[in-house]
Amino acid sequence: MSENLHFKDHHSEQRLFRNRMLVAIFGVVALLSVLVARLYNLQVVNYEDYRTQSDQNRIQVRPVPPTRGLIYDRNGELLADNRPSYTLSIVRERVKDLDATLELLGQLVELDDSDVEKFKRRLPRRRPFEPVPLRYRLSEEEIARISVNEFHLLGVSVEAELVRYYPERELFAHSVGYVGRINERELSSFSEEDVSRYRGTQSIGKVGLERSYEDLLLGEVGYENVETNARGRVLRVLERQDPKPGAELTLHLDTRLQQVATEALGDSRGAVVAIDVKTGGVLAFVSQPSFDPNLFVTGISFKDYSALRDSLDVPLFNRVVQGQYPPGSTLKPMMGLGGLAAGVITAETKVADPGFFKLPNDSRIYRDWKRWGHGKHVDLIQGLAQSCDVYFWDMAHRWGIDGMYDIATRFGLGEKTGIDLPREYPGLFPSRDWKRGARGVPWFPGDSLNAVLGQGFVLATPLQLAVMTATIANRGTHYRPQVVMAVDGIEQPPEILHHVDARPEHWDLVFEGMEAVVYSTHGTGKRAGAGLDFKVAGKSGTAQVVGIAQGEKYDSEALKERHRDHALFVAFAPVDDPQIAVSVLVENGEGGGRVAAPVAREVFFDWMSRTYEDTAMGTGWRPPMSPSALNGHREAG
Amino acid sequence: MASRDYMNRLPDTGSSLRRPESFSRRWHIDLPLLLLLLALAGVGLVVLYSAAGEEFHYVKRQAVFMGLAFIGMLIAAQIPLEFYRRWSPWFYLAGCCLLVAVLFVGVGAKGAQRWLQVGGFRFQPSEALKLAVPIAVAAYLHKRTLPPSLLTVLGALVIIAVPAVLIVRQPDLGTSILIAASGIFALYLSGLSWKMIGSAIVMGLMAAWPMWMWGLRDYQRQRILTLFNPDADRLGAGWNIFQSKAAIGSGGWSGKGFMQGTQSQLDFLPESHTDFIIAVLAEEWGMRGALILLALYLLIIARGIYISFMAQHVFGRLLAGSITLTFFVYVFVNIGMVTGLLPVVGVPLPLVSHGGTSVITLMAGFGILMAVSTERRRVLF
Repeated sequence: MSENLHFKDHHSEQRLFRNRMLVAIFGVVALLSVLVARLYNLQVVNYEDYRTQSDQNRIQVRPVPPTRGLIYDRNGELLADNRPSYTLSIVRERVKDLDATLELLGQLVELDDSDVEKFKRRLPRRRPFEPVPLRYRLSEEEIARISVNEFHLLGVSVEAELVRYYPERELFAHSVGYVGRINERELSSFSEEDVSRYRGTQSIGKVGLERSYEDLLLGEVGYENVETNARGRVLRVLERQDPKPGAELTLHLDTRLQQVATEALGDSRGAVVAIDVKTGGVLAFVSQPSFDPNLFVTGISFKDYSALRDSLDVPLFNRVVQGQYPPGSTLKPMMGLGGLAAGVITAETKVADPGFFKLPNDSRIYRDWKRWGHGKHVDLIQGLAQSCDVYFWDMAHRWGIDGMYDIATRFGLGEKTGIDLPREYPGLFPSRDWKRGARGVPWFPGDSLNAVLGQGFVLATPLQLAVMTATIANRGTHYRPQVVMAVDGIEQPPEILHHVDARPEHWDLVFEGMEAVVYSTHGTGKRAGAGLDFKVAGKSGTAQVVGIAQGEKYDSEALKERHRDHALFVAFAPVDDPQIAVSVLVENGEGGGRVAAPVAREVFFDWMSRTYEDTAMGTGWRPPMSPSALNGHREAG
Repeated sequence: MASRDYMNRLPDTGSSLRRPESFSRRWHIDLPLLLLLLALAGVGLVVLYSAAGEEFHYVKRQAVFMGLAFIGMLIAAQIPLEFYRRWSPWFYLAGCCLLVAVLFVGVGAKGAQRWLQVGGFRFQPSEALKLAVPIAVAAYLHKRTLPPSLLTVLGALVIIAVPAVLIVRQPDLGTSILIAASGIFALYLSGLSWKMIGSAIVMGLMAAWPMWMWGLRDYQRQRILTLFNPDADRLGAGWNIFQSKAAIGSGGWSGKGFMQGTQSQLDFLPESHTDFIIAVLAEEWGMRGALILLALYLLIIARGIYISFMAQHVFGRLLAGSITLTFFVYVFVNIGMVTGLLPVVGVPLPLVSHGGTSVITLMAGFGILMAVSTERRRVLF
C-alpha cells in the first residue's frame, strides 16, 4: 500500500509509526507479563522450596559435644579432669584441593604419615561439613603459624576441644582407666542411637570406670543451628540446645591410701585391694606396675604402646580383677568357718600333726609346709596361727568337696565379684561337676586336700580375696565391691549379695585364729600388726608358681626370680569393730607373712590413723555429696 | 533532493509560540517523566544501600553519579533536536573511530578490552554509541520516504552493523546486542514491512547454528547451556543463577525485610550490587516490591511511548520510540537473566544497578526524550 508513495506523507508516516508502535506495546506488555509470571512462579508457587534452599544455604546444624563427667576420689580430689587441647581439623566440603592443603599444612605443623593416613581413614565416615581431625595437641607456636596463614587455608580450622586428663597419672590407671579416640571397631558396633549420641564427641571410655560408667560419664549431646555466610564462616548461633554434661562420679577410692599402698609395694609387681567392710566400697585398688593413662587419651604412639605391651612386667595387666592366682593358705579362715558351721570341726577338735598326712588306702604322703609338724594337739586357733596344713587336710578329708564348694561360693570365690569395673575374671573354685565336665575325670579325695589349701585347681583374684576377707570381717555379710560411691552426689547404696550363716561363737573363733596369726608367738603374720594401737586379724598365704607363661622372653636372671612363689596376705582391722579389709599379693615375693603382711600394715596404719577432719581439710575438699553421707561410713577413728 | 530537504527540515525552533510558556516547557522538562525517574533513582539508591552492605561508599558514589546524570539529562533536553539530527553523522563517525581505537589501544580486564584511557580518565566508547546509533538511524530514516525501501533498510543495517561488530570484537556481546536493538527499533518503527521482518527472523534462525558453532566464545556458550540446565553445576557456572533464584523465591510475597535478606547479606548472592540487584530487592521486599519496581518501569515506558506518539516529525518519533523500547529491553534482559529466563549477559538494571557510565548514558537518553517531548509544536505547512 505504501509502494506508490514517493513523497513524504506525514499522516501516513504517523499512522505507520503508530501501527508499528502498537505492535511493540503489545510485545512490551506480553514480555512484562512473562516477567510477572516468572516472579509469581518463583516467589509464590515455589516459595517453600526456595525458602528451604535459602535456609539450607545459611543454616547448619552443629553438634555440641557434652562435657564428660568428672571423677573425684572420696575426698573430692580430682582423678579425671577435662582440659582444653587444640586440634587441627579440616572441613572437607570447603577444601578445594585436599592434597595441596595437606601439603601446605605439612610445612606449617608437624605431620607424619600416620596422621595423614588416620585422617584419610576418618574422612569418608564423617559428613562433608563436619570437621575431621588431622592433628591433636597443637603447640602454641603451631597455632600461631596456622592463624598467620589462615587466608590460604580455606576449610582448615583449629578447634579447642576438652580432652581427658588424669592428674594422678599412674596411680589410678587400673581403676579409673582411661578414654581414647573412638576406633573403627567401636564405630561399626554403634547403634543408630549411639551414632547420634556420639556426634561431636571423639572419645570413649576404654578401660576401667571410664568404660563401665561410659553411659553416665558421656552426657547428652546438644545442637546448635548456626548461620554461616557463603564461605562457611559462622556468623551467629540462631538456636542452641545445650548439651547435658556427663555425671560426676565420686569414688570410694582414697588418693592417699592408694599412694600409701603403692609405696608399700615398692618396686614389686603385685596388687593391693582395700575394702570398706561396712559397704563393700573399694578404698584402694593397686595393680603394680602401672602406666600413665594420659598416653592413651588422644591416641598413643606406636612406640609407647609397644613398650607397654612388650614389657615383661605387663603393666597393662590389671592384676586386681584379672590376675588369677592360687590363693594358698589365705582360704584357711574361710574353710575353718565352713567346717565349724557344718559341724565337721568344733572348737575342741584337735589334730596330731607329725609333719605329713596320709589318706586312708592311699600310699601318697602329703607333707606339711613345716617339716616336723606343729605338734600333737593342734586346734583351729593354732591351725590358723601357724597355718597348719595337716589340720585342714584332716578336716577336708572328713568334710568333702561339696561343703567346701558351697562355702567358697558364698564368700564369692569362683565367680565374678560384680565390681563396677569391666573385664573381671571369675577365678575358679572346683566342684565335682566342674571337674567331670572340664577334665572328664571324677573327683579324687586328694583333690579336696588341694582345694582346702587354695591350691590345685583353685584360682582367685586379689579382689576376690579382699571380698572374702571383708565378708569374714562382717561376720557373714557379703557386699558387692563398689568403686563408685556417688553419682552426681547421689549415693549408691551398698548391695548385699549373700549372707553366710554361722553362729557368733564360730565367727569369734575364726577372728581369734586370725588375730593369733598376727599376735601369737608362732604367728605367720606378725609384721601386719607391728606398732599399731589397734588389733589386726589376718592370714598369710603362699602360692606356688607352676611355670612361666608361654611366649615370655627368656632371661635367666629374671626367670629365676619369676619362679619364686607369690606372697599373699589377707587381713582386716580393727578386730573389735572391723572397718577395713585388705588383700595383698606380691608376685614372686615368696613369704606371705614376711613380704605381704607389712604392706597390709601400712594400709591399716594410714587408714586408721586418720580422722575424718584431716581427710577433708588436707586436700582442698569440695562437697561432692552431703557430708553426712560421707561421714556415715567412717564414724570411728 | 533539494525540495525534499526543505520538506524534511525540522521546524524552526526560533519561532515563538503563542501560548504563554510554562516553566517546564521553557526549560524543556517533561514533568511526569522527571518525577518517575526521580522515584526510580530513589528506589535504586535504597536497594543499593542494602545490597552494598557495609560499603556505604558505593551508595555515595552512585548518588553523585545520579546527580551528574540528572544534570546531563537536563542539558541534553535543552539541545534542539535539529542539532542532534544535523550532527548525527559526526557523532556516529567519531564513535566508530573510538571503537576502532579500543580494539588497538584499549584497556580492560578479564580478557575484554572495553575502555579507553586518556590521562587519568577512563571511558567506555560503547556507551556513547548507545545514543549515537539510534540518533544516526533515526536521522538517516528521517530523510527517506517511509516505509523504507529495501535499499534504505540495507543502508540502515550497515549503520547498525559497523559499531555492533566492533563491540562484539571487544568482546561485549550484551552491549552489542543492546546497541543493535536500538538501531533496529528505529528501523522497525519507521514502518519496516512485515515481509522483511519475517524473512529476517527466518534468516536469523538459519544463522543460529553457525553462530553457535563459530560465532560464540566458550564462556558465552556455557552461559546459554547453564540457562537450560541450571542445576548441572551449582558451584560452577550455575552458582549465580541458583543463588539468585533462591534469593528471589525465598523472598515470597512480602519479603524478608529491608537489610534482612540472607542470600544477599550473607554473600551467597554474587554481584548483588550490580547486575543481580533485582534479586536483593525481590528477596527483601518480596513480590510486592518487585511489582512496584516493574510498575515504575512500565510507567516510564508508557510515558516514553506517549512522547513518541506526540512527536512532531519522523526523527523525534523514531528516536523517542527507539530510546524507550531499548530501555524496556534493558529491563527485560536484566530481570529475565536474574530470574533464570535468559542467559547471563552483563546487562545492568537501569538506574538501580551500581555503575556510573550506564546511568549517565541512560539519563542523556531521557534528556533527548524530554527534548522531543517539549519541542515547540508547530504546524508544518
